[in-house]
Amino acid sequence: MFSQQAEREIDRLLARYPRKRSAIIPVLFIAQKERGYLSDDVLEYVAKRMGLTYLDVVTVVSFYTMFYRRPIGKYNIQLCNNVSCMLCGSEKIQEHIERKLGITFGQTTPDGRFTLTEVQCLGSCGTAPVMQVNFDYYENLTPENVDQILDSLP
Amino acid sequence: MERIISARFDIPNADQLDVYLEHGGYRALKKVLTEMTPEQVIEEVKKSALRGCGGAGFPTGMKWGFVPKDSPKPKYLVCNADESEPGTFKDRQIMEKDPHGLIEGILIGAYAIGAHLAFIYIRGEYWYLKEKLERVIDEARQGGYVGRNILGTGFDCDIIVHPGAGAYICGEETALLESLEGKRGYPRLKPPFPASVGLYGCPTVINNVETLAWVPHIILRGGEWFHRLGTEKSGGHRLYSLSGHVVRPGVYERPLGYPLKRLIYEDGGGIRDGKRLKAVVPGGASSPILTAEEAESATLDYEPLAALGTMMGSGAVIVMDEDTDIVRTTYSFIKFFAHESCGWCVPCREGTRWMVKIFERLLRGGGTERDLEMLVTLSDNMFGRTHCPLGDAAAWAVGPAVKKFRADFERYLTRRGAVAAD
Ligand SMILES: Cc1cc2nc3c(=O)[nH]c(=O)nc-3n(C[C@H](O)[C@H](O)[C@H](O)COP(=O)(O)O)c2cc1C
Ligand code: SF4
Ligand code: FES
Repeated sequence: MFSQQAEREIDRLLARYPRKRSAIIPVLFIAQKERGYLSDDVLEYVAKRMGLTYLDVVTVVSFYTMFYRRPIGKYNIQLCNNVSCMLCGSEKIQEHIERKLGITFGQTTPDGRFTLTEVQCLGSCGTAPVMQVNFDYYENLTPENVDQILDSLP
Repeated sequence: MERIISARFDIPNADQLDVYLEHGGYRALKKVLTEMTPEQVIEEVKKSALRGCGGAGFPTGMKWGFVPKDSPKPKYLVCNADESEPGTFKDRQIMEKDPHGLIEGILIGAYAIGAHLAFIYIRGEYWYLKEKLERVIDEARQGGYVGRNILGTGFDCDIIVHPGAGAYICGEETALLESLEGKRGYPRLKPPFPASVGLYGCPTVINNVETLAWVPHIILRGGEWFHRLGTEKSGGHRLYSLSGHVVRPGVYERPLGYPLKRLIYEDGGGIRDGKRLKAVVPGGASSPILTAEEAESATLDYEPLAALGTMMGSGAVIVMDEDTDIVRTTYSFIKFFAHESCGWCVPCREGTRWMVKIFERLLRGGGTERDLEMLVTLSDNMFGRTHCPLGDAAAWAVGPAVKKFRADFERYLTRRGAVAAD
């Protein structure tokens, strides 16, 4: 179902843990990287691959916020609005991005390029405000550098 | 003050094995494996009065001592790198700048408790650090420090870096174990404690990143030395994460028993824009807020902070200036707890949701006196009645804020008397 490299990586993970089931989170990350999100058929496949039921897998997936059950934008802008970021102006950054992209938290731009997500503390409170675009950190945000960052994404 | 755990933070490339070795790296591991028994290691850590840096402050040596020696089951060491307590960003510094220091601490801990497999459970958002740690472990393996027959001593220990996937509750040690077993991260009932029944039902020790990173220093310089750096009940230094309205936010290594005021004004450079201090959250989102007056006399240590009705927590100090609206900051915290409540028990699940609703009503301008009373009542009723400490933390984030900063809350009251229909 996935690329050869992904399948090999899954094999490696399943062999790595004392019990196979422990590999479920890293395996789901691989699946999500391959497909962009975790559709039912992907979950069925992961279940089969791991010797679990679909139900086992879906209940795990729904527990964690980093797994997506629906397609999302190419770039997931995850803005922290927790207190340290708020004290340093994250709400202004939020307004700026919302105006720039015409979407609010939980929405995706019509061209499928950006999703805006509100996230909890990202462990960067000393360099607040902070966002992650997919897995990359961007710290000490200002409206100006947010423009630069978003405009220069490929 | 001599910097110890952060000494290598400023050395370029200290995350590379050769540079780490040049600066004293893996000497403690060698000492432990060639000169000390596991019991002696535990004894030294007990003497140091090192307390867990993840939040609960449990004495580390004592925790290690609880692992049954005669159990035929495998034993596991789990490093908690979930770092999700709002305001906390110190473990990230260790993993970024001195990752071998953490690996060395993990290996020593594993030796002390008799584990041959260790895990680093790292929050999924720190993906770049997960990859970095995997490279660092490979490098250490090639150097003979990880894997089979470490340093030719016959001791085996492997380390798996395991990602979380976005769930604050998985920082709680038993929820973490559930998650590591491939399940939903619901906290387990305690007892039994993980030291006897942990991962896969086997004896398991869970320690925070910083806790483990202190261990090599204790081994090299002695438990007594470490103890003397701190206070009677809490040895050593801590990494404090300082954020909010200070001139110089950042991670500061300072002793236990350090005055909060000095951290804010000397190290942090005081309040931004010459403003005055209004409030401080001294130990992450789970620790009750202090007024400026209380902060004036507070020292960063377990018992003194407990006497002020708050706690040391993860050492995350969040500073708020005079213009801060405590209603909005408290709303942010309670939204966080409501979002992160795992839903397992009713007081936490329903209590946090209800509080969020009340805050939303207040912020819309439809709040009443009764709402403020209700927040305090909910907080009092949740406290001590939940399955895990997240519920207590949520209660603690709200009750004391309403009581101490009542004026902020009253500003939002428009219609007094009756509870708004909702
Ligand atoms: C809701 C909740 C979240 C927690 N999150 C973390 C965390 O992110 N990192 C951590 O080290 N400990 C966290 N803890 C504390 C752990 O349960 C545990 O006490 C700690 O990892 C033990 O290590 P230590 O003794 O070295 O501090 C959390 C506890 C609770 C109740
Ligand atoms: S207190 Fe909250 S987080 Fe903890 S078990 Fe209960 S519902 Fe879950
Ligand atoms: S509060 Fe935003 S990164 Fe911590």
